Order: sequence, then C-alpha cells, then structure tokens
Amino acid sequence: MRIGVFVCWCGSNIGGVVDVPRVAVEAARFPHVAHSVDYKYTCSEPGQKMIVDAIKEHKLDRVVVASCSPRLHEPTFRQTIARAGLNPYLLEMVNIREQCSWVHAKEPDKATAKAIDLVRMAVAKAALLEPLFEGAIPVTKKALVVGGGIAGIQAALDIADAGHKVILVEREPTIGGKMVMLDKTFPTLDCSACISTPKMVAVAQHPNIELVTYAEVTAVSGYIGNFSVTIKQKARYVDHASCTGCGTCWEKCPKKVPGEFNQYLDNRKAIYIPFPQAVPNKPCIDAANCRLLNGQKCGVCAKVCPAGAIDYEQKDEYRQVEVGAIVMATGYDLFNWAQAYGEYGYGKFPDVITGLQFERLVNASGPTGGKIVRPSDGKEPQNVVFIKCVGSRDEAKGKAYCSRACCLYTAKHAHQVLEKIPGSRAFVFYMDVRTPGKAYEEFYQRTVNEGARYIRGRVSKISRLGDKLLVRGADTLLGSQVEIEADLVVLATAMVPAENSRELARTIGFTTDQDGFFQEAHPKLRPVEANTAGIFLAGTCQGPKDIPDTVAQASAAAVKVCALFAKQEIATNPMIAEVNETHCQGCLLCRDVCPFKAIEAKTISDKAHGTVKTRPVARVNAGLCQGCGSCTASCRSGAIDLKGFSNEQIASAVKAFLCC
Amino acid sequence: MKYAYFPGCCDHTSAREYDISTRAVCRELGIELVEIPDWNCCGSTPGHSTSHLLGVALAARNLALVAEMGLEECTASCAACYQRLAMANVEMQSNKKLCDKVNWVTGKPYHGGVRVKSILEIISGLQPEQISSRLVKPLDNLKTAVYYGCLMVRPKAVQVDDPENPLVMDHLLQAAGAETIDWCSKTECCGASLAISNEDVVLKLTGKILAEATRAGADCIVTACPLCHFNLDMRQKKINQVFGTGYRLPVFYFTQLIGLAIGISPDDLSFNTHFVDTRKVLELVG
Repeated sequence: MRIGVFVCWCGSNIGGVVDVPRVAVEAARFPHVAHSVDYKYTCSEPGQKMIVDAIKEHKLDRVVVASCSPRLHEPTFRQTIARAGLNPYLLEMVNIREQCSWVHAKEPDKATAKAIDLVRMAVAKAALLEPLFEGAIPVTKKALVVGGGIAGIQAALDIADAGHKVILVEREPTIGGKMVMLDKTFPTLDCSACISTPKMVAVAQHPNIELVTYAEVTAVSGYIGNFSVTIKQKARYVDHASCTGCGTCWEKCPKKVPGEFNQYLDNRKAIYIPFPQAVPNKPCIDAANCRLLNGQKCGVCAKVCPAGAIDYEQKDEYRQVEVGAIVMATGYDLFNWAQAYGEYGYGKFPDVITGLQFERLVNASGPTGGKIVRPSDGKEPQNVVFIKCVGSRDEAKGKAYCSRACCLYTAKHAHQVLEKIPGSRAFVFYMDVRTPGKAYEEFYQRTVNEGARYIRGRVSKISRLGDKLLVRGADTLLGSQVEIEADLVVLATAMVPAENSRELARTIGFTTDQDGFFQEAHPKLRPVEANTAGIFLAGTCQGPKDIPDTVAQASAAAVKVCALFAKQEIATNPMIAEVNETHCQGCLLCRDVCPFKAIEAKTISDKAHGTVKTRPVARVNAGLCQGCGSCTASCRSGAIDLKGFSNEQIASAVKAFLCC
Repeated sequence: MKYAYFPGCCDHTSAREYDISTRAVCRELGIELVEIPDWNCCGSTPGHSTSHLLGVALAARNLALVAEMGLEECTASCAACYQRLAMANVEMQSNKKLCDKVNWVTGKPYHGGVRVKSILEIISGLQPEQISSRLVKPLDNLKTAVYYGCLMVRPKAVQVDDPENPLVMDHLLQAAGAETIDWCSKTECCGASLAISNEDVVLKLTGKILAEATRAGADCIVTACPLCHFNLDMRQKKINQVFGTGYRLPVFYFTQLIGLAIGISPDDLSFNTHFVDTRKVLELVG
C-alpha cells in the first residue's frame, strides 16, 4: 500500500490560516504514506500534473487530497488519478477549507491541528478504499412535464424542439397557468396573454408533445432513465374527440359558479372553458357544481350539443406511461391572507383584493373589460392603496421569505392606476423596495416619478368608513401615523407552493424545503435538479420567482433533460448501498427509512443440511439509490454497507482520530 | 357554578354600575359569586409600570387567597383586573424563579392551579337558551356598538377572543335581542389611564370612538371595562366642549343590558348613575 497526500494552499484561502507545509510534513509520518507534499493551487493544470507524475514516480495506489469541499473538486481529482491509471474511486478528499480554515480563521494553531487530524483520518480511510466501477442503465428518451404554466410550457417546447417526445400533464382544464391571467408584464409592459397564448398553441400543435389536461400524476416508480408514471385523466363528461368547441353548451347551461380564471370576480357556468383562448378550446363539466351530476333535473347541455359530445357516464381513467426524465413545473398559489389577516378584515371587505384579482380587473379580457372598478359597487376608485409583503417576510403571519415578484408588479399596478384613472392617487406601503432585475429599478423609479406615493411602513388596520375603507398605518421614515381613506386596497400576497405539491413530491420521491417548495440538489451549482436523479425543477415550484427567471430555469431544466437523453446509456454512481445477504435478517427497516424508495424485499433460497429454505432479504435498486447512507445507519445486523463509505472505512477513520 | 369574585377598586368607586349589575345578573342566572376575603388592589397600570415584581405580586396574592378559599375558578368584572390576575397566573406557572420570588414577597405561597376567567367569558359561556329563554324585555329596537377595547383581547396568552374581530360580546347581546352594528372601532384604544397624565390624547381617541359609533348609527355603546366606560361616559361632555360635537351616546356595561333584558329593574342595575342620560335607551326598549 502506497498512499500519496497532497495538501493544497488554495492561495490564501487555506494557506492564510492553516500551516499547510506542516500538515504535509506530519502526514508523511502516517501509516502507508509514501509521498506527501503541499502545493499552491492543486486543482490547477500544473497541480494536477504534479499528482499524475507523483503517482507514476512513487508508484502510489491511493491518493488523499486535502483541499476544498468534495462537492467542488472531487470529480476533478477523480479524473486526475484516472489519467494516471488509478481507479477513480481510490481518491479520498479532505475538506480543510469550508470545514476548517474558513470557520477557524481566527484560530490558526487550532486550525492546523484540526487539519492534521482530518488528514490522519482520511489516510486511515483511504487505506481501506476499494476500486469501484460504474454501471450502465438504458434511457427512455421521453420526458414528462408536470404543470402547464409558463415554466412547463417552456420546458416542454425546448425538449420537444430538441427532437424528444414530451408528455405535458396539467391539472386544470387548460394550460397557461398564472401568466395567462396577467394583464401586462413588467418592466416592458407587454401584454401577457399576447406573449403566452402563442406558446400555448405551439404546445398543442407540436408533433413531439402530447398534451394531457385535466389530469394528475398519481404514482411514479422506477429511476432515472426509466420512470413508470400513472396519470389520472379526470372525467370531463365531454368527449373531446367529437366536441367542436362551438360553445352552445356553456351558453345554455343554467348553473352559475364563481369563476377561478377571473379570481371569483364574476361567474362561469358549470360546463365551461376557463377563458376564450383556452388550450384545449373544449369544455369540461365541473362535477361538483353540475345540476344533473348532483341528482337534480337538468341535462340541458346534452340536449343542445349538436355533436352529441356530452357523456354524463364518463369516469376517471388511469394510464401508464414510461419516461426517462421528469420536469416538475407545478407553480404557486397565493397565500390565503383572509385567514391570517384579521386586521385587514378577514376577507369580509369586497374592496380589499389581491394583486391577481387586480390583474383580472385591469385586463381587457377580464370581467370589467379592463376598467378598474371597485368590486363592491362598480365605481371607479380614486384612492388606491397597495400593501406589499402580505404574508411574505412576516413569520408571525405567513412566511419568512420574500416573494420576489411583488415589488415590481405593485409598481406596475400603481402605474396602471395612475395611467387609467385621471386624478387618481396611488399609495404603496412597503418594507423595502427590491428591484434586482434588468430594467427593474428604472421601472420602479418611473412609477415614483409618475406620482405614486411610496410610504415605508406597514398597515396595521383596515376598517370600513362609510362606503370607503380607512387604512391606518405607520410611516416609519417620518415616524408618524398615516390614515388614508381608500376606495380600493390591493394586497401583494405571498407566493406559496401550489396546493398538494408536498404530497406530489412525496408521491414522486423527492424532497421539499421548509416552506414546501421543491428542494433543489444544490442552491448554487445544481439549481434545476431535484435531489432524486432524473427529476428536474422549473419555475415557482422551486421558490418564488418572476417570469424571466421562470423561463430561464425552465430552459435550463430542458437542457438537463436533453443532456440526459443525449446518451444511450447512463453511468450509475457506484457509491451506493450493498446488501450482504448472508447477514441480512430481512427486517426491512432499511426499506422504511430509504427516502428514495430504492430498497425492496426479495426472496432468496438457502441450502442447509440438504434442505432448501426461503427467506426475505433487502435488495438495493442501483438506479434509485443515491448513496445517502440512511439504510446503513438503520441496519441492526450491519448487513448493509455503503460502497465508498463502508462501516469499516468510517470506523477506521474514527479510530485514527481517537487513538493518535 | 361557583366562582371566587374579585370586584377590584373601580367596582367600588367609579364603576359601581358594573359591580351592581354583575352581581344582579349572576344571581338571576344561577352563577354564584363569592367575594374574595381581604382582597387587595390588582396593581392595575401603576403597579406593573412601577415594577414587574410588584405587578405580579399584587395579583398573585389574590390568587393565593382564592386557593385558600378552596375554589378552582376566579373571576373579575373589570377588564384590567382580569388581565392582571390572568397574566400573573401565566407568569407564576411558567417562570419558577419569579414564582419563588413573588411567594417570598407575599408570604402566601401560590404555584398556579386557579383558573382565571373574565366575567364576560363566564356569562357568554352559558348556552344561548339560558339567556333567550329568560328574556322579559328583549332589546329588539336597540342598535348597540359593542366595544371591547384593548385589555379583553390582548395579549395572546390571556385573550378572551380574536383580537381583530372579537364577537363573544356581540353574540351575547344578540341573544338578548339587540342588534350589534358592524363598526370599525371595536378594539381601538380609548386612551385609558393617560386620562390622568395627558388628557388631550384621551379626548382625541375617545372622541374617535364616539364618532365611529355615531356614524354607524348606534343607540348606545356597550363595554366590559370600567376605564373605557369612564372615558366614554364621563368625558363625553368635555369631548363635546372641546371638539364642538353633540354626542349623547349612553355607555353601558354589557351586564346592565343583559340584566335589563332578563327583567331586572333599571334602578337595580344602576341606570340612574350615568353621566350621559340613559332614558333614551329605556324608551327604545320600552
């Protein structure tokens, strides 16, 4: 056994705190170490060449690199030692930067002692490393996109344009999501529907995209490259093959229901298309509100349908599809402010509305034809108050995080009020104005220059004042109280994960963050991947963001899918769990703790004393296992081990630390 | 139902109407109130703003007396007394160090165990039928502005109802047949004891409450707090002088109106000791 140790300065990052040469000198004395040196930038081209040369010159068979986090450069150094002919998994990295010099910058002596201990442990572990070999699994070159808002649309189009098949599943009767509800988009003020509806049509017409609306993903099994997905097609009670979308049914339907698309500001029918540009442009029956489906006398739609497309007997249908990658694009909902904000009236004042309701009010295709009016009496408001951070940045009420898009859309709303209503006044209560985006600050300044009054402070109470609303708040810059008699109040409510997205994440098998948004694999370096291989994230399901960021992330997710589909087979990570069947008791505790659903039971036969006995043991699915090690910690008989982090290797490292 | 009753100082002086009507209504509704022997002032605002220890100790001694009476539940009619007793109870149970210190000060060991309820909670905790079945004079024609003030609904640990839109007193008056109007000053502060040090503030704040109740069309204001009552009733004349207004809004304790509805005579509820004439309301009720 001949181990080589390479201790890196990382310029002054490590070398400015840790006595790097001394670490190298100490390491030379550890068991099996045949060569130990320090170097300024080990990851650089000359640094890597030094390692390759040292392996050849000193006949090294294990390599320890003490430098930065393995998350940064483990792949780099694995390739380096592979160039010298070593198995790439005979590398052990020691993190003496993030976990040593950076956190102990004021205690250089202790940092040096810690670095020496860490290297000693790594050398002890390296002595027990075994060569590992990557496997190969085939890839189904078809993607599933869950969610048909702008994120899902963009991801589906990009993947399909690259020549791969895509299934786009949308929960609602139409694609388009929230973006198509908006009036104009900041900072360019271009019409949201004009830039999103052509994309909706492109999805429907794309030869590589199969559009499945009014449907949900109910189960997912399998692993990267080989997922098997169950899709529930909810009953529409309308046969879309024969329906022509003529519209007679929803004209004649006698049942009115507050409409989701116009944010409950007006009514739709029980058989409906959400809006005239919906894709597909064919109706479905809202079973919860249909008279006939709830045992009442009706059947009007079936009588008037010239195509005979109405089918009250239709049932939910389930189908199975095989895909190689999944893009999650399930979007957001608005925080339910009415439950949390008693001081704003618990939702009982009709003229306190959300920003999304304002979008429908100001939209030419909305319930008022684009005229901004008060929902209570239809009058044009003169004083409009905007309140930002309703639910956002307020742990007592909602969420600690910033919802990121509100500062700009509120600036846009204030601009629209001032533009459309002569003599009107717009007041904006804010905590901070955050404008991090191209041309965003300029847009905000433009609204301020147009006369919007920005008041730094929060609103403590909204109460009724005749037919107006009395808004009381604080101006924290002037240190005074403010009272405004408002005709309309618009709340910038927080973005929260779409309803049921936590359950969906559990169904598919990846994690959510503390707020319920989908957790990315790494906040900086892997922002569009879930921590389960083969699952990618796009848009607000991963965290609040605006349209440009959503579209960028969707295209990034699409590229990741295309990179996966560019291969016939994919290499699997060999650092996964392995079961010693002789020791396995078949308790399957490991199966219960596995967050990736990678462990299943299998039955094996033992021959003993001339008889054959069968018993269950755990089996690891190499495609699903992510090498997290939960199973190894749970195994009572020590039968399951993580390759590259075996119990024996870890114990050896700990022993080296304790017994020095 | 038997409760240790803490009348508090106000109920013996400026808020005698509250004490009289509370005792009368409870007697009628079968709620037995036993006055705590040798009770002392709860400390009110001067107590806890002088010293936290003093504030807790004054209230805790009363709780210790309740425990000595062998009763588990204690009530106060005054909102401030209720709040001081209830807060002291929370602190004595959650802060052992403070509890030990307070017990050393009072010489009457108390470690929690008594439940403190406001008289509003106790009466509104009855079944609505217990009120509605006894109605002799339903308050049918009466529009009431139900006013909770600050202390009944804050802080969270001792709040009687939702701090933004409390309804418990509204429901009680509705059971007595009264109409309760939707108005926006339900939980606004009247200025409270600033009346002593800075009357201008109180005149302004109390004036706003009167303005809102008038604007909303109320015949009277209903409260559960002696200090609120004091500011709204006694200071109404001065507010009219200072702001040139002409408010003539009678201000009642909720117990007075409930008592009237279940047939207790107005004199036994002390309707005749108000600063603002209450006869208008009696005429409305008929």
